[in-house]
Amino acid sequence: MFDSLAGALNSAYTALVGKKVLTEQNIDDGIRAVRQALLEADVNFKVAKGFIKDVKERALGQDVIKAVDPGDQFVKVVHDCLSELLGGEKTGLPHADKGPLILMTAGLQGSGKTTSCAKLALLLRKTKKKNPLLVAADLQRPAAVEQLQTLGKQLGIPVHAEGVSGRAPEICKRGIAYAIKNQHDLVILDTAGRLHIDEPLMRELEEVHKKCKPHGVLLVCDAMLGQDAVNSALEFHKRLPIHGVILSKADGDARGGAALSVKAVTGRPILYVGTGEKPDDLEEFDPPRMAGRILGMGDVVTLVEKAQEVIDEKQAEKDAKKMLRGRFNFEDFIKQLNMIRKLGSMKKVLGMLPGMGQMLKDVDLDDDRFKRVEAMIHSMTVQERRNPDVIHVQRRRRIASGSGNDLQAVHDLIKQFKMMQKMMSKLGKGGLGGMMGGGMPDLGELGGMPGMPGMPGMPKTGKKGRLPGPGAQGGLDELGGFMRRRKR
Amino acid sequence: MVLGRIFSGLARTRERFASGLGRLLGINRQLDEDFLDELEEILYTADLGSTGTEIVDELKEAYRKKEISESAAVLPFLRSQLLDRLHGCEGTLAQAQSGPTVILVVGVNGSGKTTSIAKLAARLHKAGHKVILGAGDTFRAAAVEQLSLWADRLGIPIIKQDTGADPAAVAYDAVSAAVSRNVDYLILDTAGRLHTQKNLMAELAKVVRVLRKQIPDAPHETLQVLDATTGQNAIRQAKEFSQTAGVTGMILAKMDGTAKGGAVFGIRRELPLPVKFIGVGEGIEDMEPFAAEDFVDAILSFDGESAGKR
Ligand SMILES: Nc1nc2c(ncn2[C@@H]2O[C@H](COP(=O)(O)OP(=O)(O)OP(=O)(O)O)[C@@H](O)[C@H]2O)c(=O)[nH]1
Ligand SMILES: Nc1nc2c(ncn2[C@@H]2O[C@H](COP(=O)(O)OP(=O)(O)OP(=O)(O)O)[C@@H](O)[C@H]2O)c(=O)[nH]1
Ligand SMILES: [Mg+2]
Ligand SMILES: [Mg+2]
Repeated sequence: MFDSLAGALNSAYTALVGKKVLTEQNIDDGIRAVRQALLEADVNFKVAKGFIKDVKERALGQDVIKAVDPGDQFVKVVHDCLSELLGGEKTGLPHADKGPLILMTAGLQGSGKTTSCAKLALLLRKTKKKNPLLVAADLQRPAAVEQLQTLGKQLGIPVHAEGVSGRAPEICKRGIAYAIKNQHDLVILDTAGRLHIDEPLMRELEEVHKKCKPHGVLLVCDAMLGQDAVNSALEFHKRLPIHGVILSKADGDARGGAALSVKAVTGRPILYVGTGEKPDDLEEFDPPRMAGRILGMGDVVTLVEKAQEVIDEKQAEKDAKKMLRGRFNFEDFIKQLNMIRKLGSMKKVLGMLPGMGQMLKDVDLDDDRFKRVEAMIHSMTVQERRNPDVIHVQRRRRIASGSGNDLQAVHDLIKQFKMMQKMMSKLGKGGLGGMMGGGMPDLGELGGMPGMPGMPGMPKTGKKGRLPGPGAQGGLDELGGFMRRRKR
Repeated sequence: MVLGRIFSGLARTRERFASGLGRLLGINRQLDEDFLDELEEILYTADLGSTGTEIVDELKEAYRKKEISESAAVLPFLRSQLLDRLHGCEGTLAQAQSGPTVILVVGVNGSGKTTSIAKLAARLHKAGHKVILGAGDTFRAAAVEQLSLWADRLGIPIIKQDTGADPAAVAYDAVSAAVSRNVDYLILDTAGRLHTQKNLMAELAKVVRVLRKQIPDAPHETLQVLDATTGQNAIRQAKEFSQTAGVTGMILAKMDGTAKGGAVFGIRRELPLPVKFIGVGEGIEDMEPFAAEDFVDAILSFDGESAGKR
């Protein structure tokens, strides 16, 4: 998502490279590119207009510190404005002073409400130790109740359902009573999808709200929404106060401009992002982080945090040293592959790195290929893995047939592995400005990566993140080479 | 009448018309930068994307050539510009030379596939055709139940397996049943999938292959259901689904809201796909053949004022 916006902005600020100061004249191209990119990303026309005006004023105004590099300055201004538009500071869910926390979804048909209810219940059970109850209050759509019940059963989360007779507000009310009686401390109401201009159904929603007094209404918006997103969001917000937004289906390549629009017109924050159809595909939304991603800075912060969860730092550092001494073998490689894999699907992970999302846009990077590489390495003997130099043609043939690949695939793997090994040892000797000198690059230094835009205004994280050692940057980059191999 | 349907029950009135494009074009105004800006906004807000800019440029050109001199002439100009781009966009359902006509329905998650299938089946059923449904969405929770409920309501047979089954196997069963029961139409549902999901797109390609095994020219119609609220991503969706499943036409669902479905213009710049039907509600009857003139008129009645008001 947001790939092309990043691309357009990238080209916009290259126009500024080498310029001494920001002038009305030289930011004009950048401004135009940003506007165009926003519109192509489905940011509402008026919202885009306002945003552009802010950017321009700020770029030329007092806010700009003495320009070291006008390109960086411009990017920083755009980034700051975008962060603000996306939500400024992080906001969370509401609190319940007493009794269960009651949340209610609302949104257009098919936006992802039912799925999001299940995802949110799962997430809060996991992270907040909640004991959730789902309430099936969609009596409109065929099998909507069964859908929620099925999801509940899958996740072991109880669902209060009364079939499709009766009325939604009453069912919700009884659901909440049931929750209180059964010690549930979280209730999520799944409501029917409806058009914001459907008077009877909007009134029903108001009634649910009045009767159940949820602590928060969550508007579920499809990331693929176009210009009309503002109209529906505004109307929902007018009828019942929206606490926050869940942006669903953000795992595709929609640039998600609607998210900016909805935030801009309702003033309500985007809280969560749906990143897939499975129940655990829900992530917290972090505005500055997303702004960084929009600007092609990559979602480094997320990557670092995820990495910290799964990577044993001591081991990583040891591996890094080994790598940099050029003593990197297939055993280390497979360990790394597994680590990276734990971070999520390849493309997701690489897409988080600065510039990568753009680079990888058209690259076919799938886990299948990952598995093939893995299969080849598993078909090697221990000796071969530890000392790849011994893998001559005869052995390669055996590895190929053992792993169900053709010989060329093995050739390619070994060739690229050697290239990577070479590059690593060069890095170890202080290549690329000694970037990996201390083991891993510092976040701030990533801006210095070749071919990447500078990264002023990187969102601050509490923990000062360091990228995990092996496989970071250069390593990942090379890995792309493995994965990118021709298709068969 | 379609336009009546689109407008019925909605808070959209002539008054609004007067405040949007009507305001812009009604009074005699100078065709200056401001005017063009406003016009561009109206077109963009209908999700026309860069087609909006393109049309504004055409207008400028026409003005320069003195083909247009006053604002009153702008509306007819826009209308014809838009209609030109929809040339050949209307279309009827294809039919098999002999044997069952197989209709495959595809699209991203939640676009309206299953509901559109029910509507389409109702339509064909009402016209006296023998219809059978295939519950090819074996992934989403209660998707099979959803289609089954529609089939029951319509009193038409459905071929299904349990959730989790191979969709290609369901497709196979469905075609076999269609052939052996000698039906006129088989409409096959598929799970929603984002066009970026390589493995799911491959799964879809497999379904098509399986259909062809039994009926070489199947599917006779592959309809992509597009949610009218979709923005510019619709173009990529159409391209990817066309590439994988050979889309032959679109159903534009959820046209009963305030979205205009203008993304169709972006799609048509790249692909000559017709729009066969529009969905105008959740009920079984809420589907109409696509009518280009009504579609364009709905866009031109856009209320540019309410959009994006802060
Ligand atoms: N790829 C992807 N699909 C999603 C996501 N969230 C929901 N979906 C899918 O979108 C479709 C619609 O989701 P639902 O949860 O049924 O939507 P809803 O808003 O409850 O729909 P109605 O009740 O009919 O209004 C389903 O196919 C879901 O699997 C997401 O984050 N990513
Ligand atoms: N207002 C309106 N709602 C519609 C229309 N078509 C479908 N819907 C609603 O949109 C939601 C999703 O429709 P489905 O038919 O389940 O969509 P789908 O594409 O099969 O969804 P998945 O199988 O989950 O990908 C349901 O709530 C439908 O009732 C329409 O033309 N107008
Ligand atoms: Mg639902
Ligand atoms: Mg469906």
